[in-house]
Amino acid sequence: MPDAIQRRDLEDQVDEFEIAVPSPPELMKRRAKSHRGFIIGGSVVLFFLAVAVFAPVLAPYDPYDQDLTNRLVPPVWDAAKGTWDHPFGTDALGRDYLSRLMFGAQISLMIGFFAAAVSAVVGSCIGMIGGYFGGRVDNFIMYLINVKLALPGLLVALSLVSVFGGSILALILILSFLFWDRYAVVTRSVTQQIRVNDYITAAQALGTSRTRIIIGEVLPNVMNQIIVIASLEMAVAIIVEAALSFLGLGVQPPTPSWGLLLSEGRSYMFFMPYLINFPGLAIFFLVISINMMGDGIRDITAPEGRN
Amino acid sequence: MNQLMGQFGHPDRDAIPALECRNVGRTFMIKKGLFAEKQPLKAVQDVSLQVNRGEVLAIVGESGCGKTTLAKMLLGLLEPTTGEILLDGEPINSVSIKDIAKKVQPVFQDPYSSLNPRKTIEQIISLPLKVHEIGSKESRRARVEEYMRLVGLPKRLIHSYPNQLSGGQRQRVAIARALIMEPKIVVCDEPTSALDVSVQAHILNLLQDLREELNLTYAFISHNLAVVEHLADWVAVMYLGRLIEFGKAADIFNNPKHPYTRALLDSVLTPDASLGLPEITLGRGLPNPLAPPSGCYFHPRCPEASDQCSAEPPALIENEDRLIECHLYK
Amino acid sequence: MSSNTVLEVENLSVDITVPAGTLHAVSNLSLQVDKGETLCIVGESGCGKSITSLAIMNLLPRKAILTADKLTLENRDLLTLSETDFATLRGDRIGMIFQDPMTSLNPVFRIGDQLEEVYIQHGKGGRKEARERAEFLLERVGIVAPTERLSQYPHQLSGGLRQRMMIAMTLMCDPALIIADEPTTALDVTMQAQTLNLLRSLQKEFNAGLILITHDLGVVARMADRVMVMYAGRAVETGTAEEVFDMPTHPYTQGLIDCIPVPGRTEPGSKLGSIPGIVPALVGDLDGCMFRNRCDHVSDACRSGDITLTEISAGRAYRCLLSPEESKNKLSVEGAA
Ligand SMILES: Nc1ncnc2c1ncn2[C@@H]1O[C@H](COP(=O)(O)OP(=O)(O)OP(=O)(O)O)[C@@H](O)[C@H]1O
Ligand SMILES: Nc1ncnc2c1ncn2[C@@H]1O[C@H](COP(=O)(O)OP(=O)(O)O)[C@@H](O)[C@H]1O
Ligand code: SF4
Ligand code: SF4
Ligand SMILES: [Mg+2]
Ligand SMILES: [Mg+2]
Repeated sequence: MPDAIQRRDLEDQVDEFEIAVPSPPELMKRRAKSHRGFIIGGSVVLFFLAVAVFAPVLAPYDPYDQDLTNRLVPPVWDAAKGTWDHPFGTDALGRDYLSRLMFGAQISLMIGFFAAAVSAVVGSCIGMIGGYFGGRVDNFIMYLINVKLALPGLLVALSLVSVFGGSILALILILSFLFWDRYAVVTRSVTQQIRVNDYITAAQALGTSRTRIIIGEVLPNVMNQIIVIASLEMAVAIIVEAALSFLGLGVQPPTPSWGLLLSEGRSYMFFMPYLINFPGLAIFFLVISINMMGDGIRDITAPEGRN
Repeated sequence: MNQLMGQFGHPDRDAIPALECRNVGRTFMIKKGLFAEKQPLKAVQDVSLQVNRGEVLAIVGESGCGKTTLAKMLLGLLEPTTGEILLDGEPINSVSIKDIAKKVQPVFQDPYSSLNPRKTIEQIISLPLKVHEIGSKESRRARVEEYMRLVGLPKRLIHSYPNQLSGGQRQRVAIARALIMEPKIVVCDEPTSALDVSVQAHILNLLQDLREELNLTYAFISHNLAVVEHLADWVAVMYLGRLIEFGKAADIFNNPKHPYTRALLDSVLTPDASLGLPEITLGRGLPNPLAPPSGCYFHPRCPEASDQCSAEPPALIENEDRLIECHLYK
Repeated sequence: MSSNTVLEVENLSVDITVPAGTLHAVSNLSLQVDKGETLCIVGESGCGKSITSLAIMNLLPRKAILTADKLTLENRDLLTLSETDFATLRGDRIGMIFQDPMTSLNPVFRIGDQLEEVYIQHGKGGRKEARERAEFLLERVGIVAPTERLSQYPHQLSGGLRQRMMIAMTLMCDPALIIADEPTTALDVTMQAQTLNLLRSLQKEFNAGLILITHDLGVVARMADRVMVMYAGRAVETGTAEEVFDMPTHPYTQGLIDCIPVPGRTEPGSKLGSIPGIVPALVGDLDGCMFRNRCDHVSDACRSGDITLTEISAGRAYRCLLSPEESKNKLSVEGAA
């Protein structure tokens, strides 16, 4: 046996023609570096994230502090009345608009992120279980998905919100309930394709538990799909949260949610358009850059093929 | 029947065979169409064979004849619907799949689908140790390196991913993963048919060396009969789920008896430019496993079929040096 | 060139742009196929066999650049042909059979419709003639109840039957050239022998030229009139099947022959010959012999310069620096050992 091992060591020499094939992580890094949409989208998202995280430090005022003497101050570039004290002006109660927007980013990102994450965990578990086990389990899960698809999502959300109220936690859970099915559908079909691979059979032949196979073997191969959907769902969640808050069903005043800012600014739309423009643009840029980032992730994590 | 098998395969009757199948069968209930009744599909029927430690048993036959189904039963992944499988004389349905895994491990055909593309070589080869909670992280790493050496994989590949390896290297990884549990039996389902000929030679040589070094028993499934002749000690020929001929490889290749085995051997294309294509004596009517022919399953295609063949099924009997299921042999 | 020649290719090169640079998938390949003749192209995966056939069919991926001194089919210049003209040529004068018939038959149409479509589309006749031709050919490829089979869908047939359908489809328009890329690799031994038998007899019957691409030396030996061994996008040895198998002149050919087990020739259980090392990636400037990293007879001269094909006799050539005598001595000695 030592003899044989020595013999096989010969193959350790590097061949003249050997070329370096990048590993999947390296390949992703390379793709990420040269993907313009991902870089731009990602930077904007990072910017919003930084603003949200550091809002308590960065914001010039407390977003709840009213100053009734300084109501409806226009932004600084309004030559007549703008001041550097309130670069983005103040709202109808004299609260600093920049500070409110900054804290609003916290709410939007938090709700968007957690709604996407909770629905990702729930939906992917359901989808992978259905795809992996097949048979009756899968039939039951398909039934669940179909029931969910048959529900008029937004109406259900509206009624749930009106029943459970507009706390942030309630909103996250309700939005998660709206979104889990997309993950389930996609992960289920991807898992069905993965399940027939021999590496799954090999793991089964080791006596690996089903949980371990799903988490250890299946999940790494569905992860990229989950992340792509999550980024898209996060964008949708941010819009839905804004819409609900705008309708007065979401986050309750005086919390500075962007949707609420839009709703509060509505009555001054014609005289003070900035009250609408700032939160509107903030939502627009955040959502579009999340989408760009999601598209980027899809391209970057695309499978590398057989060489 | 078992008596017969015992005498036939093993002059040394006291030896317990490493692997034994006793009348093993597997029936799938399948549904054709939405409203159709479920029909039984007998993928494997009444297969009895055995192989001793250190020997190679080849299972050959056309596509769909039940080779993979049999292999999955040997691995404990499918339960036989009839009969029993014994490892070292112990029936496997009395032990858990984890305990079977310590004795039997698989190597698959397609090295592209048998390795998880998202894991490193180290993670792949060490998976059996992790699942069975053997050793610490360091000792597992050492063991992985040892087995990489054993199968001829350069150590520098330990952190690589499968896409960075050639087909032959990937198959070596699959072999290392199978061997790291120190199994006694390796079930190889067409281990070289997705590989190039030059790579196939490396892998076959490796399998040969490993068998001698580790005293392994192989259940080797292949429809490349040249490879089977090269490697096997025993050959089991299957047709439509049934074992129709079983004997020593040399005997079967020198003197195939069953008409189907003869037809199989005739269709082997040796690289001999002076020979043309073989004449095909085999009838074309491919059998439907859901509605197998009456009598001898092979009779619609058999050049030597007689009236008796379509009327009554032949029994598996011992004929000189082998087991055979055909009315021509008594 | 005789009037018998169906296909003539001179100095065909295919370069593909990949992220790492230019991949020379095929370099300076020349070949010729006559009526009723079978040319087998043999080599390991990645050596350019499929790209060669796609180049002839003008079906290369878009990133690929084709250059050639000559590419003619029945004396028609294919290099200047427009894509529309090519489309009429494919299926009519050139037929192609792929490894996996499932991907080349459309799953949503009945077999019969697909067969007839080829015929009608190329203006060979109407629906009725097409059906007659389809039934005739199905019978010729040994399908028992042709009328029933024609109304089935591809997924209802087994692999072997599907491959026969493909052969029938290729023959609908009486092509001058059939290109079969690994047609039996997905089939098992008995099916392989039957399918090859069929291809062989139909090709003779229709007097078509056949390019058979495979990595199975057994198939090559039994089917080929002439053989071209490819390595790294080049032809490394050409000759008749007997010449190549009985007296290989290139170390790679010898290596290939040594590494397969052959009942009756190799001792069961003995060590098989093997070619060490890896197939080169064909990216960047390629200089010297591409086989040098795996060759037992390598010398310094092999490492640089252009190694050309040495012609021994008409149609018999090899690409190696060993002289014919040297290669005869070295290779045959090794073969006997
Ligand atoms: N899970 C299953 N459900 C229903 N039928 C099955 C199942 N697995 C296999 N079969 C059927 O059992 C028979 C034997 O299949 P098996 O995969 O064992 O063939 P095989 O000999 O390995 O063929 P190949 O050479 O193509 O790999 C076939 O008719 C197949 O369709
Ligand atoms: N679409 C493509 N893009 C880039 N490279 C390709 C493409 N198709 C083939 N190649 C490369 O061209 C070479 C020849 O490939 P191919 O002709 O398919 O080989 P074979 O058929 O002999 O196995 C290989 O190195 C392969 O990687
Ligand atoms: S029993 Fe009859 S039909 Fe079956 S193999 Fe023997 S001779 Fe042929
Ligand atoms: S040219 Fe040199 S390296 Fe290439 S095959 Fe001939 S002897 Fe070997
Ligand atoms: Mg199988
Ligand atoms: Mg190819």
